[in-house]
Amino acid sequence: MHELSLMEAVRDQALAAAHADGAIRITVISLRVGELAGVELEALRFAFPVAMAGTIAAGAELRIESEAAECHCTACDAPFPAPDGCCDCPRCGAISRQLLRGRDLRLLSLEVV
Amino acid sequence: MCRDCACGEPAPDPAAVPASAPRELTLHTALLQRNDAGAAALRQRFAAAGVRAVNLLSSPGSGKTALLEALAQRLDPTRLAVIVGDLATDNDARRLQAAGVPAVQITTGQACHLEASMVAEGVHRLNHQGISLEQLELLVIENVGNLVCPGAYDLGESLRLVLLSTTEGEDKPLKYAPIFHGADLVLISKIDLAEAVGFDRAAAHAAIARVAPHAQVLEVSARSGAGLDALIEALGLALPAVR
Repeated sequence: MHELSLMEAVRDQALAAAHADGAIRITVISLRVGELAGVELEALRFAFPVAMAGTIAAGAELRIESEAAECHCTACDAPFPAPDGCCDCPRCGAISRQLLRGRDLRLLSLEVV
Repeated sequence: MCRDCACGEPAPDPAAVPASAPRELTLHTALLQRNDAGAAALRQRFAAAGVRAVNLLSSPGSGKTALLEALAQRLDPTRLAVIVGDLATDNDARRLQAAGVPAVQITTGQACHLEASMVAEGVHRLNHQGISLEQLELLVIENVGNLVCPGAYDLGESLRLVLLSTTEGEDKPLKYAPIFHGADLVLISKIDLAEAVGFDRAAAHAAIARVAPHAQVLEVSARSGAGLDALIEALGLALPAVR
C-alpha cells in the first residue's frame, strides 16, 4: 500500500507546477499508470482526496490513463499485448525479452484556473 | 456600479469569476522522480566505491535472511554488508550480525518498501559503524518482505534479485508479475523442500520465463547449500579458493 505516498508525490509536483504558473486552483490532475507499475488503481483513487485535502487541488478531478503492457516479438517482428505481464507471444509462443510499455508512472498534465 | 470603468453595469462577483482562464499545464514528469534522483546518486557512489549493490526482494518468510546467513559462511563476511528493511524489529540485523556480517536495520514503520533515501541513511549508519563502501565487495539491500510495492522503487542497485520459495507455490510469478519483470536474477529458494511441498519445478520455471524473460534463474537452498556457489558466481563474486 504505497499509493498514498505516490499520491503525495503527485500533490507536491502538481502544487509546484501550479504555483510556478500562478494558478489559483487545480481542477483536473491527469496521470498515466502502467499495468506493470505495481500500483492498485482503486487504492490510488482512494488516496487522492486524502492527499489533496486542504490544498488548491482539493476537489479536483483525478483522471487516470491506464497503460497496457505490450511486448515486441522478434520472431514475428510485431508488437503484442502482454496482459498480466505475460510475455509469451500469442501468435508464435516465443517469449519476448522486449517490454515496450506498461511500467510508466507519470503525472501527465494539470488543468488549472 | 462597476468601479473599474464606470460602465453602469452591476459589479461582478469576484468569487464567481475565475482569476484567469482555465488552461492545461503539460508536465509528463515521473511520479518517482525524487526517488529516481536519489537512486542515481547512490548508483554513482556504489560504482565509485567498486561495490556491487543488490536489491533483494521477496514476500515475507521466503528466506532472504537465511540466504544471506548462508552466503556469509561462504564469503569473507568483512567484505559484505547488509541494509535490511522491515516494518518493525531489528531481528534480521541481529541475525546477520551474529553471522559476522555488518548490518543495519531500517524500520520503516508503516511503509511497505524501502526508498533510496532510506538506503542512503543505511549507508550513513554503516559508516558510523566504521564500515565504508570502499572496503566492501557486496552490499545487499534486503527489502521489506512484500511482492508488490518494493518493485517500483529503484535503490541504486546494480542487480535486482527476486526470491521465490518453494513453499509459496509455483504460480506466484504469474500472480505478482510486476516485481518479477524488473528482476535480473530469480532464485527459487528452499529447494530442499520442493518434494515435500509438491513444488512443480517445471511449472515454476515456465512461469518465471513468462514474466521475467530477462532473468537468470537459479535453484538454491540456504539449509543444504545447494546452488550457493552458482549464486556467488552469478553475483560476480569470487568463490573462496579453499573451504
